[in-house]
Amino acid sequence: MVDVLVIGSGGAGLSAAIAAKEAGAENVTVATKLYPTQAQTSMAQGGINAALGNVVADSIEAHIADTLNAAKGLGDKEAIEMMCRLAPEAIARLERLGVPFSRRKASQSDAYQNPSPFTLHPSLKSIAQRRMGGASAPRACYAQDYTGLKILHTLYDHAWGLGVRFLHEHLLLALEPHRAYFWDIRQGNIVTVDAKAIVLATGGFGAIYHGHTTNLYGATGDGLAAAYRVGATLSDPEFVQFHPTGLYSSNILISESARGEGGYLVNEAGERFVDELAPRDEVARAIFAQMQEGSKVYLDLRHIGKEKLEALLPQEIALARLHEGIDPAEALLPIKPVVHYTMGGIETTLKTEVRGCEGLFAAGECANMHIHGANRLGGNSLLEIVVFGEIAGKAAAAYAKEYDNSVPISDRADALTQRIQKICDRKGGENLYTLRRKLGDLLYKKAGIIRSAEGLKAAQATLNDLKERSQAIKLGDSSVQNNQALVEYLEFENALLLAELLIEAALKRQESRGAHYREDFPETNDAFAYHIEAKQGGADDNA
Amino acid sequence: MITLKIERNGTIESFEVSEGQTLLSALYEIKERYDATLTFAAGCRASVCGTCAVRVNDKEVLSCAHMVCDGDMVAPLRFHPLLRDLKVDKSQALKSLKRSEAVLHRYTETALTPEDAEKTERQTDCILCDSCYSVCPVLAVEENFLGPFALTRAYRYAIDPREAQSQSIIDAIQNKGVWDCTLCGECTAVCPKGIDPKSDILQLRTLSVQAGYNDPNFTTQSFGTPDFSGGFGF
Repeated sequence: MVDVLVIGSGGAGLSAAIAAKEAGAENVTVATKLYPTQAQTSMAQGGINAALGNVVADSIEAHIADTLNAAKGLGDKEAIEMMCRLAPEAIARLERLGVPFSRRKASQSDAYQNPSPFTLHPSLKSIAQRRMGGASAPRACYAQDYTGLKILHTLYDHAWGLGVRFLHEHLLLALEPHRAYFWDIRQGNIVTVDAKAIVLATGGFGAIYHGHTTNLYGATGDGLAAAYRVGATLSDPEFVQFHPTGLYSSNILISESARGEGGYLVNEAGERFVDELAPRDEVARAIFAQMQEGSKVYLDLRHIGKEKLEALLPQEIALARLHEGIDPAEALLPIKPVVHYTMGGIETTLKTEVRGCEGLFAAGECANMHIHGANRLGGNSLLEIVVFGEIAGKAAAAYAKEYDNSVPISDRADALTQRIQKICDRKGGENLYTLRRKLGDLLYKKAGIIRSAEGLKAAQATLNDLKERSQAIKLGDSSVQNNQALVEYLEFENALLLAELLIEAALKRQESRGAHYREDFPETNDAFAYHIEAKQGGADDNA
Repeated sequence: MITLKIERNGTIESFEVSEGQTLLSALYEIKERYDATLTFAAGCRASVCGTCAVRVNDKEVLSCAHMVCDGDMVAPLRFHPLLRDLKVDKSQALKSLKRSEAVLHRYTETALTPEDAEKTERQTDCILCDSCYSVCPVLAVEENFLGPFALTRAYRYAIDPREAQSQSIIDAIQNKGVWDCTLCGECTAVCPKGIDPKSDILQLRTLSVQAGYNDPNFTTQSFGTPDFSGGFGF
């Protein structure tokens, strides 16, 4: 029996593993369905928020206020306060592990006094910070455009340095109290891991919008689905953040800086139709409205000029050339809004305990402690995974110490093996990859940026049809070992579950708030200032 | 339509796929339309998760960053145990990070400058895609060679002013490490992130000498005839 089992190896999972180890847990094991650094965290570019006040005066109170404001009435003040107050210490911790933050010139450093209660060592004062959308000050510490990547890899280096064990290519199948079942993708068998405490850090579910998301393929909400099936409560699944400018066919993100540097958004007629620097959800909605009218939408960077573009947006230019075959200095760049982040997740206490599940903790995008509410502020997701990953790791280690060591009695390994065998043996005529694409298209069109009762009900009907058809999927691969189609099928099952909960909640929320927009209820309604929850065997809303 | 040739467990199979797409997207096209058993690794599609490196026409590329061309010959990475088709086992290669002690051992409080940060900026762009490991000719003859990505990472921590114990790193990279490199530069040529492991290895050699180590090749090297039996001690 391991002391602490962490499922997921992104920023939250690795932070939890490190904290558990440092808190004295002996056997800390991290299970991941890929390899430790192949996680969504690697894609976070912008930065990690902390009111260090390195560039201009800033305060923790302002950070709290900005976060609450973005959450549009659904942020938990206590949780947000906790995160924002712990932010400078989180940066200090990353600094001690060797995260290669971008730095600023020392000559600027003493011009501003930070009113925060922390006395910052010059090592933190030298960290560069930039302003992101919705922030009242330049608050995001960054490492060029690779902030997430560099934090993630530094955490990984440190985790193995401490002796954390890793299980590669282990897909989570099911949870039980103090036990997790995995599919060992290489060997093709069930692996049962008993643990005194379990931390879920499996990330969000943006990939259910297949073909319309910046998320990596595997962001299918496996941890949320497993927790739901074992009695955890999921909340706020209807709040999905869209980024206004993904490349049209590849969904590769073109960062906000392209508009910040003066890029226009134009429709097929070549007309501008929205203030390009309005908040993300507003811009995304305006673009989507154009698309609904049958117009393509383009990012126009031509007037900026070739030289300036190469200097200001080298990454974006290279991506546009590679993925769309277009030189933005000379031609219009086709774009569309794409799914970027899922605010909802597993309900936890402030100590990251999963409500109603003994010995189970959750942190990061898979969890929902109401930090982001109806919309997430840029720079807060990396902060959340570092702060609450650590809290989860500590809490799990403390729990493991007290655990009386009784081993779970039931054993579902055989039943799970049989279930997988059945999936592999199916003879139906449906194609997994076709259905996966259909689900993504459906969610994007009917449960995406602009929603309505009519569209959501139609989506429900089509989803039921897809669910039925999914039972007739013929995998076309009967290999036991390294069966990629099987893994992707199991992920698809989770996607179908989360899609159902998302559509249900979006139908219930008869108002518009943050990232959730109903064209039939375009106003925010105070009667809906609560979290919509889903629990297996009956949902109850938490007023 | 164009033709892709794929090396699958020793045999070569051809598939017709649409043009104008990345290799990763073409692999999924094959999986959906022709053969669901085709096995490969896929992640972020944006060249940052490090999952999808393969070899195309004998050169390491990220599947998500290579536009398919007619006749492309696709093969799995070398020097990794082959699992199935284009999918390899990276566990062994990852162990080189541990063996090279590529981690910050003992932190010392230091206010870094932009110049300090710049020194390791490129090295820390590494996504662990293993392209450099696959192209390295030393690994063909010495499977315990630490390899380019681990040495680049070792260098990144060794020169970090916050590391108070860089000696541990220098000690760890002597055996099957910096001196085994042939400086051929293939790693530098294939890195999708523009990292230069060859130059990092050269820098590590300098640090090693400063720390009191000798170049074992140099000390055993012959300086032509007459050869006074074995090297520098002539």
